[in-house]
Amino acid sequence: MISPVINPVFSWNVVDDIRTMWAYPFMVNAFRAGAVVAIVAGVMGWFMVLRRQTFAGHTLALSAFPGAAGATLIGIAASYGYFAFCVGAAAVIALATRGGRATGPASSRVSESALTGIVQAFTLACGLLFVALYHGFLNGTTALLFGSFLGITASQVVTLAATAAAVLAVLAAIGRPLLFASVDPDVAAARGVPVRALSVAFLVLLGAAVAETAQITGALLVFALLVMPAAAAQRLTARPAASLLLTVVIGFLVTWAGLTAAFYSPYPIGFWVTTFAFAVYLAAQAVQGLLRLATPHLAGAPA
Amino acid sequence: MNPFTSTQPASDQTATGGQAAPAGQAAPAGQVTPAPPAAPGAVLELHDAAVRVGGSILWSGVDLTVGRGEFVAVLGPNGAGKSTLLKVLLGLLPTAAGQVLVLGQPPGRASHKIGYLPQRRSFDASVRIRGTDVVRLGLDGDRWGLPLPFGPRRRKAAQQVRDVIGMVGATSYAGRPVGECSGGEQQRLLLAQALIRRPGLLLLDEPLDSLDLPSQATAAALISRICREQGVTIVMVAHDVNPILSHLDRVVYMAAGGAACGTPADVITSQTLTRLYQTPVEVLTASDGRLVVVGQPEPPAVHSDRHAGGASHDHHAHPSGGAP
Repeated sequence: MISPVINPVFSWNVVDDIRTMWAYPFMVNAFRAGAVVAIVAGVMGWFMVLRRQTFAGHTLALSAFPGAAGATLIGIAASYGYFAFCVGAAAVIALATRGGRATGPASSRVSESALTGIVQAFTLACGLLFVALYHGFLNGTTALLFGSFLGITASQVVTLAATAAAVLAVLAAIGRPLLFASVDPDVAAARGVPVRALSVAFLVLLGAAVAETAQITGALLVFALLVMPAAAAQRLTARPAASLLLTVVIGFLVTWAGLTAAFYSPYPIGFWVTTFAFAVYLAAQAVQGLLRLATPHLAGAPA
Repeated sequence: MNPFTSTQPASDQTATGGQAAPAGQAAPAGQVTPAPPAAPGAVLELHDAAVRVGGSILWSGVDLTVGRGEFVAVLGPNGAGKSTLLKVLLGLLPTAAGQVLVLGQPPGRASHKIGYLPQRRSFDASVRIRGTDVVRLGLDGDRWGLPLPFGPRRRKAAQQVRDVIGMVGATSYAGRPVGECSGGEQQRLLLAQALIRRPGLLLLDEPLDSLDLPSQATAAALISRICREQGVTIVMVAHDVNPILSHLDRVVYMAAGGAACGTPADVITSQTLTRLYQTPVEVLTASDGRLVVVGQPEPPAVHSDRHAGGASHDHHAHPSGGAP
């Protein structure tokens, strides 16, 4: 990043370093926004990893790019563009693939991923068009793709927090049947759980979560917060509540560490958050490997 | 429409199957519960039921009455509509004609009192959820909102989960990620999931299908024990009757657009199956008591999507019991 005002130096006196950072209101906003985004992305990402809908999630993340570019083109706040395109793409995928997640034979799963891929290619093409139409936009494109924490306003933080609260409230209401439908769709349907409606609702919520996350990490690196904390936590424990909590904690720590590193270094936020998240994932893999060595009955996973 | 669908088909004293059925068969149990149509307290009642799949009638004229605590097998070639029958009972598929009552109500109304084990389910090795959690979902996974993480209700739920896991003998591996359990272990956990609400009716779709022969025998004995001890009615789709033959009260043999119902000794006979298929079919009894159906026509390829790659099952309605 371009360091603001001065070139801050990390002193390893953590309290002083944090005080230095938080003296800048834009950094306080960035930390607040980062915390909100880490929680939402962690929780939604946990369900996404469990449901193996990462391709749909990736497509929603990429549609953040044309959203922001289009909003800039017509002269409105980028946030509106993020939400309009991510949630819109989610609705399209959900309806076109009748829930976005086939439980039936392999052939319908193929058509589902093909449809998702079509949406992905088209949204990216839209983004390219918007950038081409908006001459002199090129500097901002990097920030849209790879993230930036400069210039997050207090009102943006409020918007992020309100959306996050809405997403989490809906998820709390539908979380248990959603888990049932994700793990065991046939039995859930037999028990009267509206499996297809839940799939649609989940994708729309995921679109909102992605739109939030993209404002910090950029469209391309949304997965750093959406996938990696959840994947790492699910390596470490198979207890749903514990791994969900662990996901949020990992996402939160990774985001704040990334913000700190970006502030004190010349390198961008997206790189740091992704690198820290990747490191945590590798560490989780290593811990799981060690656990398996320690408890031999887990090592012989049947085919 | 179909003349072979009464609950008590003409008994068959002369055919080989009728005489050679293994001793200790369930025939006495069938007499204990004669289950006349519209019997009070019947768990399942079908009168002249028909179902339409993809625009054409799959089966019709099916009459069936099943009482409490009975163990019923649904047999027949692939594509005969065995799984479809379970879907009708669950209310997932409407009937085209006739009347169906499940636990005294139209299908779909009593779904909370029905345990269901769908066909060929297995969890991918990457699924990072414990067996306990899968079982717990059967208890209250369909409720909205979040459960309280503490309190008496939580303790009661945890106790119910432990009890039912103990009942199916899955305690030693219920804490492991379900994707790391073997096929037989997953099947037991799923059985526990289906049983946790103490259902009055348990619908099992080929639960022995993915298991090796010793596991099939153990699982059949477990299902039979649950049927007797819990007084739960079990309707089980099977492509091979032999592993469960000694436990059955009644069979429903579906073929050629209809069904024949009765005790195994009545139904799995050359005469009954010949009338059902309307072509000569012979039931042979191997020296170890296993039944073999010979000469049944090729089934229509109705469910080819679901059975992709399973073409080898076509001749296995009752595989030859050559193995000792």
